[in-house]
Amino acid sequence: MDREQEFSFDIAVIGAGHAGCEAALAAARLGMKTIVFTVSVDSIALMPCNPNIGGTSKGHLVRELDALGGEMARNIDKTFLQSKMLNASKGPAVHSLRAQADKHAYTAEMRKTLENTPGLSIKQAEVSEIIADGDVVKGVKTASGAAYCCKAVILCSGTYLKARCLYGDVINHTGPNGLQAANRLSDSLRALGIELIRFKTGTPARVDGRTVDYSAMEEQKGDVPITPFSFETDPEDIQKPQVSCWLTYTNEKTHEIIRGGLDRSPLFSGVIEGTGPRYCPSIEDKVVRFADKNRHQLFLEPEGAYTNEMYIGGMSSSLPEDVQHAMIHTVPGLENAHIVRNAYAIEYDLIDPKQLLPSLELKKIKGFYSAGQSNGSSGYEEAAVQGFMAGVNASRKIKGQKPVILDRSQAYIGVLIDDLVTKENTEPYRMMTSRAEYRLLLRQDNADMRLTDIGYEIGLISDERYVKFREKRELISREIERVRETFVGNTAKVQSFLEKHGSTPLVSGISVAELVRRPELDYEKLAPIDDGRPLLPKAVRDQVNIAIKYEGYIKRQEIQVEQFKKLENKHIPENIVYEKVGSLRKEAVQKLNKFRPVSIGQASRISGVSPADVSVLLIYLEKNNRG
Amino acid sequence: MIKDTIAAIASGLVSSGIGIIRISGPEALPVADACVRFKNGTLKDSADRLARLGAAYDGDEKIDEAIVLVMRAPASYTGEDVVELQCHGGPYVMRRVLDSVIKAGARNAEPGEFTKRAFLNGKMDLSQAEAVMELIDARSEYARKAALSQLSGALSGRVSELREKLITETAYLEAALDDPEHISLDGYSQRLAALLSRVLAELDEMIESADRGKIIREGVRTVILGRPNAGKSTLLNLFLGEERAIVTAVPGTTRDILEESVRFDEMALRLIDTAGIREDGDEIEKIGIEKAYDAAKDADLVLYVTDSSEGLLGEDRQLFNKVKEIAEENGAAVITLINKIDKGTPFSEQEAGDLFDNPVFISAKTGEGKEKLEEKIKELFYDGRINSAEELIIAGARQKEELLAAVAAVKNALSAIETGVPEDFYTVDLMDAYNHLGRITGDTADEALINTIFEKFCMGK
Repeated sequence: MDREQEFSFDIAVIGAGHAGCEAALAAARLGMKTIVFTVSVDSIALMPCNPNIGGTSKGHLVRELDALGGEMARNIDKTFLQSKMLNASKGPAVHSLRAQADKHAYTAEMRKTLENTPGLSIKQAEVSEIIADGDVVKGVKTASGAAYCCKAVILCSGTYLKARCLYGDVINHTGPNGLQAANRLSDSLRALGIELIRFKTGTPARVDGRTVDYSAMEEQKGDVPITPFSFETDPEDIQKPQVSCWLTYTNEKTHEIIRGGLDRSPLFSGVIEGTGPRYCPSIEDKVVRFADKNRHQLFLEPEGAYTNEMYIGGMSSSLPEDVQHAMIHTVPGLENAHIVRNAYAIEYDLIDPKQLLPSLELKKIKGFYSAGQSNGSSGYEEAAVQGFMAGVNASRKIKGQKPVILDRSQAYIGVLIDDLVTKENTEPYRMMTSRAEYRLLLRQDNADMRLTDIGYEIGLISDERYVKFREKRELISREIERVRETFVGNTAKVQSFLEKHGSTPLVSGISVAELVRRPELDYEKLAPIDDGRPLLPKAVRDQVNIAIKYEGYIKRQEIQVEQFKKLENKHIPENIVYEKVGSLRKEAVQKLNKFRPVSIGQASRISGVSPADVSVLLIYLEKNNRG
Repeated sequence: MIKDTIAAIASGLVSSGIGIIRISGPEALPVADACVRFKNGTLKDSADRLARLGAAYDGDEKIDEAIVLVMRAPASYTGEDVVELQCHGGPYVMRRVLDSVIKAGARNAEPGEFTKRAFLNGKMDLSQAEAVMELIDARSEYARKAALSQLSGALSGRVSELREKLITETAYLEAALDDPEHISLDGYSQRLAALLSRVLAELDEMIESADRGKIIREGVRTVILGRPNAGKSTLLNLFLGEERAIVTAVPGTTRDILEESVRFDEMALRLIDTAGIREDGDEIEKIGIEKAYDAAKDADLVLYVTDSSEGLLGEDRQLFNKVKEIAEENGAAVITLINKIDKGTPFSEQEAGDLFDNPVFISAKTGEGKEKLEEKIKELFYDGRINSAEELIIAGARQKEELLAAVAAVKNALSAIETGVPEDFYTVDLMDAYNHLGRITGDTADEALINTIFEKFCMGK
């Protein structure tokens, strides 16, 4: 008992990857005495796969996390090598920021932040057991037998549970990058009645940059000017020279070699049991599934400023070493490449996320949370936002506060978590803009507008930052108002301006807002004829432009959101007995029992629950409410 | 709640040879078992879908003899356990049997509830459920065929095809937006615009079929207009084959609107007789004349009747022109009937053709010329428009509304493409169109919509 007294914490976080770091930081910053376990302190916030943060929709997640008070955005702003706004030629809703990271700097910087956060302890140990009393979590035990009492536990085990790495017929029972796997915890989870499933993911080879012929590749430069991830980062502070990435392609020769090696691939021979991600397929997957394509893109990305290693994006594989070498050497620019690390696939245990509440607490064990790849997601960003939400909600539970649950109309984070806990996930879940039905509202540019209030309420946004945010919001709304109410007449100056931009001349006065809406014009362009325009920061100007230019579409989405909220706000009582509802199809009853949705809205998104079933449920609830 | 078992008189509450009480729900068998007795055995040993003679009871009192049919889930109309009792079709007898069934634990079904359950249990989609009602209400051969084609999924099939097209394009767009480094959208919006134009044309065609569908389902709304005593009521009676309208020689006898429905070839004619129209007339007559013109405004066809024996009056020309104006404004066809040819015709077909639209010489009294009139109507209403009833896709008013909304959404997308609105915005329009079409089949229907639809059903179906 003494020992348990000695190791007493509010919250224990298992794992110090991207989920674990955010969970531990959020908890400690909310005043929780927090301990974070990792199998290696040197691998805190490790990036074992791609050397970048962000990308389509993932960039949205990072910015949302920043608006709520998470760390990832600030960390990448401090350690990036190149930054690019993807989809910049398309609409604002799908603009997505992506930054190449210096892996070493990223890890070191995050570790420094963790180490210097008051109330946060780091412990290198493998957690082997979850201690629970009935359906309440009580603590964790490490492989060495030490027990840690705590009020909440957050599982952020990433790809480490019973992990094994494979390529060809080589099987290593390790976590990523040869790190120690966590082989004991799975059994403890099962003993608690938690269902585990097994997924697979993979990573490509790394080559020595000195052996790459870049002249055979297309250079991919970063953006100038650079857009920071964090709303707190001043763009002026991070403008710097950037390193390039390089684009090259596979060819028929490559594909021939891959096809020739398929019989020795553990993926096709059946050695791999886990399901891989459809949206981040291995090169052999791509060659088989898109047989008609005669080439696939490959991106060479630097792993960091400290190393010559280059990551071959788009070529993850579990083919045998000799096949990997042969296929890489067919690629223009990689003919003589020296392979530093082989590609491999990794298989791991995870919690079937159906067992989670939207707060990321397990339905079965109170105080036990799970976040990140242990919930079936893929990607650093997906992991980080879950870690953050779990850290916040575990802290709130201990404080007796209601959990913070973002819905699908508020944030990509809401979409991600709702999808994880509501849908049948049979492969690692990757965030995508197409998963967000209200994405015109959920833009990366307005993440702060959407979520800073919530972050402030949670307690992870400083007063100083909040005041600045409110000023920005005020500036935006005032300027929108002004643009709507400012009229320009058909003066010679205006007409010649319009002519210059290929825009129809005016017959009478028109508001500046109307002109912003014209396809060939925008807010920025109109500056010369908008005399009363105040000097405003770019972030404000962008918001004004988008709000006015796309007003019609934005309003329509807002109406859709209202309708969505109606179903979302129809709560299903926790003790509902679906068998008693009747006329629900058997499949629906099964699914509803499995997921136990909290609202009609959530129920309607469960696959296997038809619109008719939803009608039945609605009528049932209505009758029960009346009776 | 839909755990409960429902019952209703399925054959309608009129005296008839056989009356059917239908019971559906998880307790259908136990409920029926309590109300039915057989010489040998009980209801539970009844084979599926095999008629069996028994008797309907209320407690120990025998009410009537009954043929009992058991259809176990899911192979039944509703997809639930169903028992049908075929009794003698007297309203009182049927009521007594139904009362006994209710006493045994069933509840009175709401209108359309059996079909609603069929929908909720996935036995049919929404457009098919609606077709059930159309089929029951069918008043003509065309209406019947159209409803049957919808019931067998013709409309659903076509709508699903369009939805498939929309979702395929949306999916491509979404994929490109999510993976901009691999999927290029260069030149895509032009291709999409071309495809959307084709979708639009198909939607328009379906909307047109909805307009035709109204005529087919409800019959050709035919308004008979003409000066007093031109023979309008006689014409009505010619179609009806009986003396329904009061026919006198006194002008202005028909003051109210008379409406009758007759089968006409494979369609129905809804004949509306009106008060005679003329320039002057007393107060009461004036009201009738107003009503006559109003009726013409809703018409699909106006039959303008002139009394040829009186020669061609100037007033006739004036009235005809006014009628023609109304008809043209409201998209109705006009046939001019040169009536009373039994009394002699003072002018030739050529002359009539110069003065009136679609002139037909007829004697409403003797029936001479009726065939010519029928031919004319056929020519105007099915020629080239309704060719093969099997291919008909008739969309009802609700479905038309969704089609129109889908058209609006597709048009939005097209104008967005034209004005350079980014892809991520107009995918919203594509999904809008997709969802509206889904409301036709019920794939994206909400509760309120479903309830509204089934409320319109008749009791017992």
